[in-house]
Amino acid sequence: MQNKNQMKLEFDARSVNEAFARMAVAAFIAEENPTLDEISDIKTAVSEAVTNAIIHGYDDPEQKVEVTCKIEGRNVEIVVEDKGKGIADVKTAMEPFYTTKPELERSGMGFAFMEAFMDEVQVVSAPGQGTKVMMRKKIGA
Amino acid sequence: MENYYEREKGSLTVVMPREIDHHQANQLRVETDMLIEAYHVRHLVFDFSQTEFMDSSGIGVIIGRCKNLGYQGGEVSAKNLNGRIQKIFLVSGLQKIIKVEEN
Repeated sequence: MQNKNQMKLEFDARSVNEAFARMAVAAFIAEENPTLDEISDIKTAVSEAVTNAIIHGYDDPEQKVEVTCKIEGRNVEIVVEDKGKGIADVKTAMEPFYTTKPELERSGMGFAFMEAFMDEVQVVSAPGQGTKVMMRKKIGA
Repeated sequence: MENYYEREKGSLTVVMPREIDHHQANQLRVETDMLIEAYHVRHLVFDFSQTEFMDSSGIGVIIGRCKNLGYQGGEVSAKNLNGRIQKIFLVSGLQKIIKVEEN
Protein backbone atom coordinates (compact mmCIF):
# COMPACT_ATOMS: atom_id res chain seq x y z
CA MET A 1 0.00 0.00 0.00
CA GLN A 2 1.11 3.52 -0.80
CA ASN A 3 2.23 5.74 2.07
CA LYS A 4 -0.15 8.52 2.85
CA ASN A 5 0.32 11.16 5.50
CA GLN A 6 -0.57 14.78 6.09
CA MET A 7 0.09 17.50 8.62
CA LYS A 8 -0.74 21.16 9.10
CA LEU A 9 1.06 23.86 11.05
CA GLU A 10 -0.12 27.32 11.96
CA PHE A 11 2.21 29.86 13.52
CA ASP A 12 2.76 33.59 14.07
CA ALA A 13 4.37 35.57 11.25
CA ARG A 14 7.60 35.98 13.25
CA SER A 15 10.98 35.41 11.67
CA VAL A 16 11.99 33.04 14.48
CA ASN A 17 9.42 30.60 13.06
CA GLU A 18 11.22 30.26 9.72
CA ALA A 19 13.61 27.71 11.20
CA PHE A 20 10.76 25.99 13.05
CA ALA A 21 8.73 25.57 9.85
CA ARG A 22 11.54 24.09 7.73
CA MET A 23 12.66 21.75 10.53
CA ALA A 24 9.10 20.56 11.18
CA VAL A 25 8.61 19.77 7.48
CA ALA A 26 12.01 18.02 7.34
CA ALA A 27 11.08 15.91 10.37
CA PHE A 28 7.69 15.06 8.87
CA ILE A 29 9.13 13.78 5.58
CA ALA A 30 12.05 11.95 7.24
CA GLU A 31 9.90 8.81 7.44
CA GLU A 32 10.02 8.55 3.64
CA ASN A 33 13.81 8.20 3.66
CA PRO A 34 14.64 11.17 1.46
CA THR A 35 18.31 11.80 0.64
CA LEU A 36 20.14 14.55 2.53
CA ASP A 37 20.11 16.61 -0.65
CA GLU A 38 16.35 16.22 -1.01
CA ILE A 39 15.82 17.26 2.61
CA SER A 40 18.03 20.32 2.09
CA ASP A 41 16.19 21.26 -1.12
CA ILE A 42 12.83 21.05 0.63
CA LYS A 43 14.07 22.95 3.69
CA THR A 44 15.35 25.76 1.47
CA ALA A 45 12.08 26.00 -0.48
CA VAL A 46 9.99 26.03 2.72
CA SER A 47 12.25 28.68 4.22
CA GLU A 48 11.82 30.88 1.13
CA ALA A 49 8.03 30.58 1.03
CA VAL A 50 7.60 31.13 4.78
CA THR A 51 9.99 34.10 4.74
CA ASN A 52 7.98 35.66 1.91
CA ALA A 53 4.75 35.27 3.88
CA ILE A 54 6.34 36.85 6.95
CA ILE A 55 8.09 39.74 5.18
CA HIS A 56 5.68 40.53 2.36
CA GLY A 57 2.35 39.06 3.48
CA TYR A 58 1.99 40.81 6.79
CA ASP A 59 3.08 43.82 8.81
CA ASP A 60 1.61 42.36 11.99
CA PRO A 61 3.57 39.43 13.47
CA GLU A 62 0.46 38.10 15.23
CA GLN A 63 -1.09 37.19 11.88
CA LYS A 64 -0.79 33.53 11.00
CA VAL A 65 1.11 31.55 8.41
CA GLU A 66 -0.11 28.07 7.52
CA VAL A 67 2.03 25.23 6.25
CA THR A 68 0.47 21.99 5.03
CA CYS A 69 2.57 19.00 4.04
CA LYS A 70 1.12 16.01 2.26
CA ILE A 71 2.89 12.78 1.41
CA GLU A 72 1.51 10.34 -1.13
CA GLY A 73 3.91 7.60 -2.05
CA ARG A 74 7.08 9.36 -3.24
CA ASN A 75 5.29 12.66 -3.82
CA VAL A 76 5.63 15.46 -1.31
CA GLU A 77 3.33 18.46 -1.58
CA ILE A 78 3.86 21.53 0.55
CA VAL A 79 1.46 24.45 0.72
CA VAL A 80 2.47 27.71 2.40
CA GLU A 81 -0.40 30.12 2.84
CA ASP A 82 -0.97 33.56 4.31
CA LYS A 83 -4.09 35.70 4.49
CA GLY A 84 -2.12 38.91 4.02
CA LYS A 85 -1.60 41.58 1.39
CA GLY A 86 -1.32 39.35 -1.64
CA ILE A 87 0.62 39.96 -4.86
CA ALA A 88 -0.79 42.07 -7.71
CA ASP A 89 1.52 40.69 -10.41
CA VAL A 90 2.66 37.16 -9.63
CA LYS A 91 4.64 36.78 -12.86
CA THR A 92 6.82 39.82 -12.12
CA ALA A 93 7.18 38.84 -8.47
CA MET A 94 8.60 35.48 -9.55
CA GLU A 95 11.30 36.97 -11.77
CA PRO A 96 14.83 36.48 -10.39
CA PHE A 97 16.23 39.54 -8.60
CA TYR A 98 12.83 41.25 -8.49
CA THR A 99 12.15 42.53 -4.98
CA THR A 100 9.85 45.11 -3.47
CA LYS A 101 12.12 45.37 -0.43
CA PRO A 102 15.64 46.22 -1.64
CA GLU A 103 16.08 48.35 1.51
CA LEU A 104 16.06 45.09 3.49
CA GLU A 105 18.74 43.73 1.14
CA ARG A 106 16.37 41.09 -0.11
CA SER A 107 18.05 39.33 -3.03
CA GLY A 108 14.85 38.75 -5.02
CA MET A 109 15.82 35.10 -5.37
CA GLY A 110 13.04 33.57 -3.23
CA PHE A 111 10.78 32.21 -5.97
CA ALA A 112 13.80 31.31 -8.13
CA PHE A 113 15.09 29.16 -5.26
CA MET A 114 11.70 27.49 -4.77
CA GLU A 115 11.61 26.67 -8.49
CA ALA A 116 15.21 25.46 -8.51
CA PHE A 117 14.80 23.12 -5.55
CA MET A 118 11.28 21.78 -6.11
CA ASP A 119 9.84 20.02 -9.18
CA GLU A 120 6.81 22.27 -9.41
CA VAL A 121 5.79 25.61 -7.90
CA GLN A 122 2.39 27.24 -8.26
CA VAL A 123 1.42 30.60 -6.81
CA VAL A 124 -2.14 31.82 -6.33
CA SER A 125 -2.47 35.36 -5.09
CA ALA A 126 -4.47 38.56 -5.41
CA PRO A 127 -4.22 41.90 -3.62
CA GLY A 128 -5.93 41.72 -0.24
CA GLN A 129 -6.58 37.99 -0.68
CA GLY A 130 -3.35 36.54 0.68
CA THR A 131 -0.93 34.24 -1.07
CA LYS A 132 -0.87 30.49 -1.50
CA VAL A 133 2.33 28.79 -2.66
CA MET A 134 2.01 25.14 -3.67
CA MET A 135 5.20 23.16 -4.20
CA ARG A 136 5.71 19.55 -5.22
CA LYS A 137 8.71 17.28 -5.26
CA LYS A 138 9.19 13.62 -5.93
CA ILE A 139 11.64 12.07 -3.50
CA GLY A 140 13.75 9.02 -4.15
CA ALA A 141 13.14 9.56 -7.85
CA MET B 1 28.53 36.59 15.18
CA GLU B 2 30.05 33.23 15.95
CA ASN B 3 33.62 34.18 15.22
CA TYR B 4 35.95 36.33 13.16
CA TYR B 5 39.66 36.90 12.74
CA GLU B 6 42.05 39.26 11.02
CA ARG B 7 44.49 37.42 8.74
CA GLU B 8 46.51 40.47 7.88
CA LYS B 9 45.86 44.15 8.09
CA GLY B 10 42.64 45.03 6.27
CA SER B 11 41.73 41.39 5.60
CA LEU B 12 38.98 40.06 7.81
CA THR B 13 37.52 36.55 7.86
CA VAL B 14 33.99 36.16 9.18
CA VAL B 15 32.96 32.65 10.23
CA MET B 16 29.36 32.34 9.08
CA PRO B 17 26.69 30.93 11.43
CA ARG B 18 25.39 27.37 11.22
CA GLU B 19 22.10 28.46 9.67
CA ILE B 20 21.62 31.64 7.64
CA ASP B 21 18.03 32.66 7.01
CA HIS B 22 16.07 35.93 7.16
CA HIS B 23 15.88 35.67 10.98
CA GLN B 24 19.69 35.41 11.28
CA ALA B 25 20.51 37.76 8.41
CA ASN B 26 19.90 41.04 10.16
CA GLN B 27 22.29 40.35 13.01
CA LEU B 28 24.87 39.02 10.56
CA ARG B 29 24.59 42.17 8.46
CA VAL B 30 24.83 44.58 11.39
CA GLU B 31 27.80 42.80 12.99
CA THR B 32 29.69 42.38 9.72
CA ASP B 33 29.27 46.08 8.90
CA MET B 34 30.47 47.01 12.38
CA LEU B 35 33.59 44.87 11.88
CA ILE B 36 34.22 46.27 8.39
CA GLU B 37 34.29 49.73 9.86
CA ALA B 38 36.24 48.88 13.02
CA TYR B 39 38.97 46.96 11.15
CA HIS B 40 39.03 49.21 8.05
CA VAL B 41 38.44 46.04 6.06
CA ARG B 42 39.47 46.03 2.38
CA HIS B 43 39.18 42.30 1.87
CA LEU B 44 36.28 40.47 3.48
CA VAL B 45 36.25 36.67 3.53
CA PHE B 46 33.10 34.70 4.36
CA ASP B 47 34.07 31.36 5.86
CA PHE B 48 31.30 28.76 5.45
CA SER B 49 33.02 25.93 7.33
CA GLN B 50 30.31 25.92 10.04
CA THR B 51 27.33 26.54 7.76
CA GLU B 52 24.78 23.80 7.10
CA PHE B 53 21.88 25.87 5.83
CA MET B 54 21.53 29.05 3.81
CA ASP B 55 18.58 30.45 1.90
CA SER B 56 18.29 33.51 -0.34
CA SER B 57 18.40 35.83 2.67
CA GLY B 58 22.10 34.97 2.96
CA ILE B 59 22.60 35.87 -0.71
CA GLY B 60 21.16 39.30 0.05
CA VAL B 61 23.64 39.86 2.88
CA ILE B 62 26.62 38.79 0.76
CA ILE B 63 25.63 40.88 -2.28
CA GLY B 64 25.01 43.85 0.01
CA ARG B 65 28.54 43.63 1.47
CA CYS B 66 29.99 43.22 -2.05
CA LYS B 67 28.32 46.46 -3.11
CA ASN B 68 29.40 48.39 -0.03
CA LEU B 69 32.99 47.21 -0.15
CA GLY B 70 33.10 47.54 -3.93
CA TYR B 71 32.33 51.26 -3.69
CA GLN B 72 35.41 51.61 -1.51
CA GLY B 73 37.61 49.54 -3.82
CA GLY B 74 37.57 46.53 -1.53
CA GLU B 75 36.79 42.91 -2.35
CA VAL B 76 34.80 40.01 -0.99
CA SER B 77 35.51 36.29 -1.23
CA ALA B 78 34.19 33.04 0.20
CA LYS B 79 35.83 29.84 1.39
CA ASN B 80 35.16 26.38 2.84
CA LEU B 81 31.93 25.82 0.92
CA ASN B 82 30.36 22.42 1.48
CA GLY B 83 28.29 20.79 -1.28
CA ARG B 84 25.11 22.42 -0.13
CA ILE B 85 26.48 25.95 -0.05
CA GLN B 86 28.15 25.34 -3.43
CA LYS B 87 24.71 24.49 -4.82
CA ILE B 88 23.25 27.69 -3.33
CA PHE B 89 26.11 29.71 -4.88
CA LEU B 90 25.53 28.04 -8.24
CA VAL B 91 21.75 28.50 -8.31
CA SER B 92 21.98 32.15 -7.26
CA GLY B 93 24.86 32.96 -9.61
CA LEU B 94 26.86 34.16 -6.62
CA GLN B 95 29.99 32.30 -7.77
CA LYS B 96 30.15 34.75 -10.69
CA ILE B 97 30.05 37.75 -8.39
CA ILE B 98 32.50 36.80 -5.67
CA LYS B 99 35.72 34.86 -5.67
CA VAL B 100 35.54 31.40 -4.13
CA GLU B 101 38.84 30.32 -2.59
CA GLU B 102 39.92 26.72 -3.14
CA ASN B 103 39.68 24.58 -0.01
